[in-house]
Amino acid sequence: MDKPVNQGAWLLVLPVLLIVAFSAIVPLMTVVNYSVQDTFGNNQFFWNGIGWYQELLDPSTDLGGRFFDALWRNLLFSFLILAIEVPLGIAVALSMPRQGWRVAATLVVLALPLLIPWNVVGTIWQIFAREDIGLLGWVVNHLGIPYNYTADPLSAWVTIVTMDVWHWTSLVALLCYAGLRSIPDAFYQAARIDGASRWAIFRNIQLPKMRRVLLIAVLLRFMDSFMIYTEPFVVTGGGPGNSTTFVSIDLVKLALGQFDLGKAAALSIVYNLIILAVCWVFYTVMTRMDSGRS
Amino acid sequence: MLRARIVLGLYIGFLLLPIYWLVNMSLKTNSEIVSGLTLWPHTLTFENYTKIFTDPSWYSGYINSLQYVALNTVLSIALALPAAYAFSRYRFVGDKHLFFWLLSNRMAPPAVFALPFFNLYSAIGLFDTPFAVALAHCLFNVPLAVWILEGFMSGVPREIDETAYLDGYGFPHFFVKIFTPLVASGIGVTAFFCFMFSWVELLLARTLTSVDTKPIAATMTRTVSAAGMDWGLLAAAGVLTIVPGALVIWFVRNYIAKGFALGRV
Repeated sequence: MDKPVNQGAWLLVLPVLLIVAFSAIVPLMTVVNYSVQDTFGNNQFFWNGIGWYQELLDPSTDLGGRFFDALWRNLLFSFLILAIEVPLGIAVALSMPRQGWRVAATLVVLALPLLIPWNVVGTIWQIFAREDIGLLGWVVNHLGIPYNYTADPLSAWVTIVTMDVWHWTSLVALLCYAGLRSIPDAFYQAARIDGASRWAIFRNIQLPKMRRVLLIAVLLRFMDSFMIYTEPFVVTGGGPGNSTTFVSIDLVKLALGQFDLGKAAALSIVYNLIILAVCWVFYTVMTRMDSGRS
Repeated sequence: MLRARIVLGLYIGFLLLPIYWLVNMSLKTNSEIVSGLTLWPHTLTFENYTKIFTDPSWYSGYINSLQYVALNTVLSIALALPAAYAFSRYRFVGDKHLFFWLLSNRMAPPAVFALPFFNLYSAIGLFDTPFAVALAHCLFNVPLAVWILEGFMSGVPREIDETAYLDGYGFPHFFVKIFTPLVASGIGVTAFFCFMFSWVELLLARTLTSVDTKPIAATMTRTVSAAGMDWGLLAAAGVLTIVPGALVIWFVRNYIAKGFALGRV
């Protein structure tokens, strides 16, 4: 790639820079500002230095304990999501038809959950999993398995994980499918002539071609599950107890529920930094893969 | 082949069952819903839908949502086009860092921004207007649009630009008349994803609106808590939020695979 150097290109980037700076930097400055102050109401603020951060990062305090609980819960959730959605997404992508009218039909059906507003996704599962009027909850309970997502933490987790699998596996599947489409037929023919097994084809032809899209799928699924808010909030409201209170839910409770601005702001900053760090790792790996390829 | 069909069949069944249940419920009367589980509506009713289409407090929610989604899509693409061109054609000081910073905003948790956005848009007097939500959604949609468009633009050979400049086209003229039509399918894909992410987001949209421009998704949550549980109405409203998305997918179905193929979503 021999792109010419042209500093004038900054002019073309400027509008984007301004709008994103307006919606990202200005609010973040407000957050930083709140995070080092304390207030007793009446818009009077006092300098608090790094007090909130110390409290937040110390698991023995109230705030810190709450934050680390939500964080571990959230990481466990993200891990489960990746462990289920990535293999399932690959399996679905490998099963998709390659030509004919069924391709378009399958694509449309698969994309459907992605286009449903997130709170409606929550509503759908809230109804579907209820033991009295929901098909899933009713069937499971009539099979003799006690299942009630409003009272039992395990049921709540099962509901939320199943909901996320329902909601987002299609994204992984569509990404993998796109990666598979870029494999020329000649590869498969050569493999058939060599008498390669189904597994060998997957391992040596399909998986390497999907590597890049899989990386993106893992990144997107990790990020979105790490900042999940609306869907579990609609279904369980973070409960029963705190068993499904993820970091975003906790943050909104702190900020908009209790108006604990300092604590919420410090939490926001730490939360953002974690995400930025993960993002940077992925970006570095991805650019390295790109330059290794060309 | 048979195994593939079974896997796909089961998965599609899993996807469609909860949606079927919602549709099923939206066509029932409330007394049927609470009286017990029925697999299809025994007393078919369209009353829930009629209510939504005749009551302004319901249907205005759809209009509000579509308003800010459309505004955001247009805004995101208009801003992202020149930027994506710059990233795909030139190197400049800080380009890689800028690109990373833009992308990192796509990953920023909306929960972090809810409160500061509320303060910011109240301060500049845009609170409770479609502009507030449209601008707020630019936070993640503009970087996304730049990312997708950059991929499509890099696929257009650079010789085309050079020939056009030699023929005496100025940049604005070239960009609008020649280059933009060349990436039309890319713009289609971008519009689809901008629409999608703006349409499904609720946290910011709800925080930045109160009365006049309440999005449909928020109308749903409020009405439920206020009127007890009107399950049929809730289900009908849910079904209607699926419709615009389904229409959009149907129109761009041939481009979606292409957009995903770039690995840029």
